[in-house]
Amino acid sequence: MLEGKDLACVRGERTLFDHLNFTLHEGELLLVQGANGSGKTSLLRMLCGLMAPEFGEVLWRGKKIGAARESYHAEMAYFGHSPAVKEDLSAFENLDFACRLAGIPVKREEVKGALGHLGLGHCLNLPAKSLSQGQRRRVALSRLLLAKARLWILDEPLTALDQAALKLVQSLLGEHLRQGGMALLTTHQPVMIPGITPKILDLSA
Amino acid sequence: MNMSQTVMVLLRRELMLAMRRRGDVLTVLFFFVIVASLFPLGVGPDPKLLRLMGGGVVWVSALLAAMLSLGRLFASDYADGTLEQLILTPTPPVVWITGKILAHWLVSGVPLILVAPVLGVQFGLSNEALGVLVFSLLLGTPVLSLIGAIGAALTLGLRGGGVLVSLLVLPLYIPVLIFGAGAVDGAMSGLGSEAHLSLLGGILILAFMLTPWAVSAALRISIE
Repeated sequence: MLEGKDLACVRGERTLFDHLNFTLHEGELLLVQGANGSGKTSLLRMLCGLMAPEFGEVLWRGKKIGAARESYHAEMAYFGHSPAVKEDLSAFENLDFACRLAGIPVKREEVKGALGHLGLGHCLNLPAKSLSQGQRRRVALSRLLLAKARLWILDEPLTALDQAALKLVQSLLGEHLRQGGMALLTTHQPVMIPGITPKILDLSA
Repeated sequence: MNMSQTVMVLLRRELMLAMRRRGDVLTVLFFFVIVASLFPLGVGPDPKLLRLMGGGVVWVSALLAAMLSLGRLFASDYADGTLEQLILTPTPPVVWITGKILAHWLVSGVPLILVAPVLGVQFGLSNEALGVLVFSLLLGTPVLSLIGAIGAALTLGLRGGGVLVSLLVLPLYIPVLIFGAGAVDGAMSGLGSEAHLSLLGGILILAFMLTPWAVSAALRISIE
């Protein structure tokens, strides 16, 4: 269970949000909404521990994420604005190294399978600089398949994706939630996952 | 997965990236050679004078070359989001930071050590002094990477970070320069270089133990 208690975010002189409370249970999806500049990305970075909240605390299974850092990071996967894909490495190498660095033991076939699942089977060994933006984001998303994290924190996962990939990501999300996973995402596109009613957290309100 | 494994994976990745971007590595190396070769042109070809300043010149050039390579240490990982992902791995940051610094030294420090004897010969250093030069660089260049990493981490994402990093880091390099060049000087003048080399070794141990923590704190600030 992920909990945000009385969170506040201040950027420069401006308070982006304050007194923000939410809880996210197993199998739940939380959509963070708000206009550009309302602090969605800041909130997500706060929740994954990249940024310290100005006020309030983030709890993972009842413990502060700072104190439970290792176990929290082992169970959490973050997908940020930049896809964390190295241009000089191939799609396969990118995913392989990313998993190994995160301490996830993976086999070659699993890595190939994950990339194939996201429709990158034909460009496994191409250097990432020859991939399009959307394809790079697919490489980054394929990490979610292998990471087996309980909590997904996804910042705009649907941008730069084509129709097929949009559907695929939503079905992946559905699968993840049905297995008792948790997901928290920002998006400006409608998210339709059969059988799941997302909770909404509106930062503009 | 244990920590040495993480470091090994990271080293493999960094070396692979360096192999694919050989230009970056060679730029630093050529810079080193060219800077050192400028001095004889500037001060004239007097062999006595050149022999006297050879050690110091090679060391100053190594310092500047190390400086030049610092930009690569975290900047590209920062730009493409890899750094965030590294911070979010369960591995303690000091572990992979140590791995990254080690990789940086292998890629930009070791080539300097290999080329240094050639430059030393140009300046007419004695065989003994050449040996001391290589050994002092072997002890000193890792310190340059370690201390430089703090500067590189602090200036991440700043405009004009490259210039700022030199202002931050060059003063901290002074002890390394003094003892490194001093060791070569000692060997040339027959006073012996043990004292300088042991101090350099001491600095290396201290830097190895402390700087990864400082880098970790600096990265935390920069990433916010």
